[in-house]
Amino acid sequence: MSKTVSELVSELGLEALALTEGERELKGGFTGDLLSYVMAHLRSDEAWITIMTNVNVIAVASLTDAACVIVADGAEVDTEVVQSAVQRGVNLLRSNASAFELCKGLAQIGL
Amino acid sequence: MSEPYRMNFTVDGENFTSAGDASGRVKKALRQLGFSPEIIRRVSIAMYEGEINMVIHAGGGRAEVSVFDDYIEIVLEDDGPGIADIELAMQEGFSTAPEQVRAIGFGAGMGLPNMKRYTDEMTIDTEVMKGTRITMRVKTV
Ligand SMILES: Nc1ncnc2c1ncn2[C@@H]1O[C@H](COP(=O)(O)OP(=O)(O)O)[C@@H](O)[C@H]1O
Ligand SMILES: [Mg+2]
Repeated sequence: MSKTVSELVSELGLEALALTEGERELKGGFTGDLLSYVMAHLRSDEAWITIMTNVNVIAVASLTDAACVIVADGAEVDTEVVQSAVQRGVNLLRSNASAFELCKGLAQIGL
Repeated sequence: MSEPYRMNFTVDGENFTSAGDASGRVKKALRQLGFSPEIIRRVSIAMYEGEINMVIHAGGGRAEVSVFDDYIEIVLEDDGPGIADIELAMQEGFSTAPEQVRAIGFGAGMGLPNMKRYTDEMTIDTEVMKGTRITMRVKTV
């Protein structure tokens, strides 16, 4: 069953910091914080769960064609990073849940 | 063969924030030229890793992307310290990146391996104390 990023936001109660393309369909998920590791393994249209919040995260999400970034553990995100997400058309979401809880959530909604 | 479409960039050695601007612009241009998402992804990730390396290890540099009839070529050139042992540098996990670079998620020692992974050809010309030139090609047909 496929889900859009907007559906993910409402079903998991995520905070939408930048929802530039809510209609994007999700094809899976990936979690990681080492940026080159993510660039090696994250596939297009996946949700990327991470605790990293610097501006390079937005560049990596854009270049790897991630469907969205979900910042775990309610990590702080600077406004400069949100602006970069809007500019680059990256869906940037946040949750107070841990990466583990978020993975479980993705599984529960059928991903 | 027709004249290639070329893009040139200067990569600022001072900041990590602007690294990714060049690859972002290349991504946009390749999309307008009608390349497939997979080709665009490979070219832009390889280029981004190269840009980041020039920022971290070489104090900045220059990038040129050329679109030929059957391949896209990325050339990254810097006047940094060079790479003393290419074989070692190519090993996954090898990194000389300082701690503050690791703190922002880089320095996993996977940049050069990613550049190789995502391109069809990659050559490294380097001289210690002089600089490094990396040429990558991604076939488009
Ligand atoms: N442009 C460059 N100039 C000098 N040294 C470089 C350059 N690119 C890579 N290196 C060297 O090769 C090593 C491995 O590079 P890479 O695989 O990208 O890992 P990382 O950047 O995470 O350290 C670097 O740590 C550095 O020592
Ligand atoms: Mg690197």
